[in-house]
Amino acid sequence: MKNFLQKIKFDQWKAWIYLSPAIVLLLIFTVWPIFNTLRMAFWNGYGLFKELGGELQFEFGIKNFKWVVGYGGFLDCLKNTMLLTVLTVPLSTILALVIAVSLNAIKPFQRFLQTIFFLPYVTNSIAIGMVFEAMFNIVGFGTSNPSYGIINNILGVFGVDPINWINAGSGYWANIAVLVIYIVWNALPFKILILLGGLQSVNKQYYDAAKIDSTPRLRVFTKITVPLLSPMIAYVVITGFIGGFKEYSSIVGIFGDDMHAVGGESLNTMVGYIYKQLGENHEGDASAAALILFAIIFVVTMINMYVSKKKTHY
Amino acid sequence: MKIVLQNLTKVFPSRNKKSNEEVVAVSDLTFTIPDGKLVGLLGPSGCGKSTTLYMISGLQKPTGGQIFFGEDDVTSLSPENRGVGLVFQNYALYPHMTVKQNILFPLQNLKGADKLDKNTMLERALEAARLVQIDELMDRKPSELSGGQQQRVAIARALVKMPRVLLLDEPLSNLDARLRLQTREEIRRIQRETGITTIFVTHDQEEAMSISDVIVVMKLGVVQQIGKPQTVYDNPVNLFVAKFLGTPPINVFKANVKGGKLYISGEAVLDVPGVCDRDVFAAIRPEGFVPDDNGAMTCSLSSIEVMGRDVSIVSKNEAMLTPTIRSIVDADYKVSASAQSVKFNLKPHKVFIFDSETEERIYFGNQTAPETGI
Ligand SMILES: Nc1ncnc2c1ncn2[C@@H]1O[C@H](COP(=O)(O)OP(=O)(O)O)[C@@H](O)[C@H]1O
Ligand SMILES: [Mg+2]
Repeated sequence: MKNFLQKIKFDQWKAWIYLSPAIVLLLIFTVWPIFNTLRMAFWNGYGLFKELGGELQFEFGIKNFKWVVGYGGFLDCLKNTMLLTVLTVPLSTILALVIAVSLNAIKPFQRFLQTIFFLPYVTNSIAIGMVFEAMFNIVGFGTSNPSYGIINNILGVFGVDPINWINAGSGYWANIAVLVIYIVWNALPFKILILLGGLQSVNKQYYDAAKIDSTPRLRVFTKITVPLLSPMIAYVVITGFIGGFKEYSSIVGIFGDDMHAVGGESLNTMVGYIYKQLGENHEGDASAAALILFAIIFVVTMINMYVSKKKTHY
Repeated sequence: MKIVLQNLTKVFPSRNKKSNEEVVAVSDLTFTIPDGKLVGLLGPSGCGKSTTLYMISGLQKPTGGQIFFGEDDVTSLSPENRGVGLVFQNYALYPHMTVKQNILFPLQNLKGADKLDKNTMLERALEAARLVQIDELMDRKPSELSGGQQQRVAIARALVKMPRVLLLDEPLSNLDARLRLQTREEIRRIQRETGITTIFVTHDQEEAMSISDVIVVMKLGVVQQIGKPQTVYDNPVNLFVAKFLGTPPINVFKANVKGGKLYISGEAVLDVPGVCDRDVFAAIRPEGFVPDDNGAMTCSLSSIEVMGRDVSIVSKNEAMLTPTIRSIVDADYKVSASAQSVKFNLKPHKVFIFDSETEERIYFGNQTAPETGI
């Protein structure tokens, strides 16, 4: 019996030893930063005074939060983030669903097309951003002989006048439109992959049964495919919201570090705001903003989970 | 509505391109199913029963041949336009819908002149549910039902649109023995009440025999025999059919005919007038043995099993091709369990002989070939 206990203990120690590299790394790079973020967020004015070089004692309080929320720039960032998320998540989910269903329906070239649709996933998002910039850009804007990007050229074929998407003086909604297209494009491959996987695991007999019952195509889609895919759809929506709230690199990719078109309204997002605060040695404000972002994501995810549990249960 | 299958053939292309091994799932199937009958499609696993059913439903396209519903050639009609009800082997109930929604589903697809209003649909659904006695379970999901209940929902869903043809693919294979017995009676009752022409696929001969008006016995995609269950049982056309039908199974012997007599292990066991000398397989139904101390056929006794009304004598014989010889005799007959051997006389109409090469039936005495067709 005693031997047995010793053996267990020894086995446990072995387990701990095997786990220790991962645990140490997690402690250093995940647990400590989280703890530190909490600490900095509740140290009034942390960072600001540190820069001055003094060994100051910081008071605990919620001053950082008050400052962040009271500051107009943050609310703009919140608005931009929300707008982009609310526009892109449904759009990309629906598009991904349609593409996945179509991909699943065609037999020839399926592999090839899957690869094409998957390409954006393995391409750097900043690089894609730069390509998008080129597509929407107007070179020599304001001169007598401007050269339009491919999008304006295509619109031109349909008789639409060139639109100032991203150049100096471009409007907020034109900027947002470009961002939405970019983000949706970027988000598609992952969603298609997940949904296609789900589709391919759906029992084909449900479709045979639907055929026998003379079910119209659209009804098959809405009444059978979508409900059977609902767990995957829920997953894609939840991760989509989380990704949407962390949107940042797409804006840098197209509009650069400034995160706005020349002379245009700010397109900064929450994560952009946090980076900016860090860059200006406002660690306290950055931490407070990070916690606010976390709280928002947490609440939205909870709502998502609650809704999807009700909708996907079968 | 009668169904006519004419030279129906289905060939599946080989799976990998290198080998040219096509699978002939169904070969040259021709038969007519009279209006309002229940037909049992019977055969071992992989003999092409499901494929036949799927071709009738339209889910699979025949490689050759034609299918008629009544006078209409439906061969190239899509399943949507055939108006059949199909119960899948594993039911294929929509898991996210309640029983009610599942049964309503086919009705909600009706278009144009057939379109029903909500109340009529509900009424029809309830009517179908009552027919299969699941009207208490309308708000449950399929996952909350037992196998037997799911099967009934599947039947209700197939029946609710009043199909011209009802197709059932091994509908009882997922049920336990007791439920299977009960449900097959119910299928029979429902079919009688609705009068819908029904095809019932099964690999269980007892199941097919017990509820079918007509059975179609298949082997490797080829029809062996078609007829009333009792006729097929009493008068099989070949060894395969004789072996496939009946519990306990028929006893098969290596035998030969000489001078109009059937010899098994050197004993002349039966007169077989009209058969020339040759090697044959002799098959004897368990109820074809009559124990008699002066009997013509001698077997070594293995055991005696008394099962209420009947006594089952298990014996052996060196010419037998089945593992044991099982005969069923009246309980009145007393055999001493300590005896070494047992002697039988044979009932001529329970003995079938088959060509040793082709395994086709050889008729003797007053035996005649069964009427083909239904
Ligand atoms: N989709 C298919 N592709 C290739 N072969 C098939 C396919 N479906 C069935 N088969 C083959 O056809 C034969 C008959 O199958 P099936 O009709 O399902 O038999 P059963 O229902 O009598 O058990 C089998 O040999 C099976 O392997
Ligand atoms: Mg089958």
